[in-house]
Amino acid sequence: MLISRETVLYIAKLARLRLADSEVERMRRDLDAVLGYVASLQALDTTGVAPTTHVLEIATPLRRDEVAGVLAVSEVVRNAPEHTESAMVVPKVLE
Amino acid sequence: MNEIWKAGLAQLALHVESGDVSCREIVSAALERSARLDPELGAFVRMRPEAALAEAGAADAARRAGKARSRLHGLPIAVKDIFASRDFETTCGSRILAGFRAPYDATVLARLRDVGLIVVGSTNMDEFAMGSSTENSALQKTRNPWDATRIPGGSSGGSAAAVAARLVPAALGTDTGGSIRQPAALSGVVGLKPTYGRVSRYGLVAFASSLDQIGPITRSCADAALLLGAIAGHDPRDATSYPEAAPNFVAALSGEVSGLRIGLPRGFFDGEGADPQTMARAREALETLQGLGAKTVDVELPNSAHGIATYYLICTAEASSNLSRYDGVKYGFRAVSTTLDEMYERTRSEGFGAEVKKRILLGTYVLSAGYYDAYYRKAQQVRTLIRRDFERAFEVCDVIATPTTPGPAWKFGELVDDPLQMYLADVYTVTANLAGLPALSVPCGFTSAGLPVGLQLIGRPLDELAVLRAGDAFQRHTDFHERVPAGARS
Repeated sequence: MLISRETVLYIAKLARLRLADSEVERMRRDLDAVLGYVASLQALDTTGVAPTTHVLEIATPLRRDEVAGVLAVSEVVRNAPEHTESAMVVPKVLE
Repeated sequence: MNEIWKAGLAQLALHVESGDVSCREIVSAALERSARLDPELGAFVRMRPEAALAEAGAADAARRAGKARSRLHGLPIAVKDIFASRDFETTCGSRILAGFRAPYDATVLARLRDVGLIVVGSTNMDEFAMGSSTENSALQKTRNPWDATRIPGGSSGGSAAAVAARLVPAALGTDTGGSIRQPAALSGVVGLKPTYGRVSRYGLVAFASSLDQIGPITRSCADAALLLGAIAGHDPRDATSYPEAAPNFVAALSGEVSGLRIGLPRGFFDGEGADPQTMARAREALETLQGLGAKTVDVELPNSAHGIATYYLICTAEASSNLSRYDGVKYGFRAVSTTLDEMYERTRSEGFGAEVKKRILLGTYVLSAGYYDAYYRKAQQVRTLIRRDFERAFEVCDVIATPTTPGPAWKFGELVDDPLQMYLADVYTVTANLAGLPALSVPCGFTSAGLPVGLQLIGRPLDELAVLRAGDAFQRHTDFHERVPAGARS
């Protein structure tokens, strides 16, 4: 067993996911199967091998720090489940 | 013009230019067919009939005034439910994005508009593009047009089904590990994943940012070339997009494959557990290409055996990070809650489906303290080994051929309880994403049960031309792409 029930609950908390009791064992079993499968990579020697992030040799592009294409605040907040004209509203954070 | 629905993009463009048919008639035909066939098929999650007809009328007027934006102006297209749009909802097949209408357009949609293509609707997909069967959609089921008891492939299953059933001549999909090519193969159409960086990802809802790429799903390689030309090119809003202009893909379709060197990776045509008929159709396709003057050469891709393991570490790690933005604050679904923490947890737990949660958990695990080097960094290093295998292979060949999938479309529910088997459906496609290479699936025959099979052609970085030219030459001498599923013949 590569992953325990406690670990599943811990990473669920990190990921802000609440699992129903009935989901926990199923998730554990599926994650265990996938982790067992990917363990084969550990046998590969990758000493000195650079990681790949982009296949093409592209430098990070620079641009002038100029304001462009700004959306109106009302446009940005209108998708929030709860909002005012200028802000997204969430449950109270501090008592 | 009779049987508008049978024509592809290039043919429709010719008919419109000659005055045989109007854009409004073409878009009406697509809408009428969709209204008739799609309730059973389930390809579209949303349609915009009035807007599309109005745009078609405007396209006809523009063409009459000599102001056509391109040859494609006024022709219909479908898009996967994954691109930000001011004009319609984008939900990524998920409950968590219910009702989301973006305040801006994805670059790829802006480019469709620039050439005048008309989006008639958006298509079903596995939730957040995570899946190979479209069964992970929270919205609906999409059926394979060739057999309604089977899946259409995924995650771009709605786009592939819509094109296969001739509801539209073309569609856009996205491909992170095979999500354009696999449903294209399983539904009997053409699907092209361009080189990573060829098409801007600005406005594409992110799944795994270092792998995601947008591409065309069509019935012919010639149409794929036409559509790729419309969407490809540099975009300052996507820092990973390739800075040079795209070539003229259509002009390069010579129909010639004489002297083309096709690399055959050892073990890929007789994979353990693979369907013998699928393998046989792929080998027959190679014989056809050889008959046209192409040469085959054996190549080795030893590290591709680690492709699926590498892929699932990278894609889940990136997904866990990308999907942290769905928290009930900014858009979409929010669960009723009294505290902020409760709101985050309940929104995400009720809003995401099981597969998405599983991948978020796996990704969170592999990125968590103590595991990053062993999993994510290791996978990025193996990615380099996979890439080097391809570089070596391309020293002796121009394209690499494989079956697109290990087998044909499976029945609904068949693999739902077996995550690894489902993941292995992408065994031939993931390496092109890991190496960033262009790869095409072209229809190459059917099994005895009448299910489509695809041949995959992988090219060098930025060499979409080579795979399109070979696929186009193959289609000039075969008619698999012209066969119509029984339920879509009238």
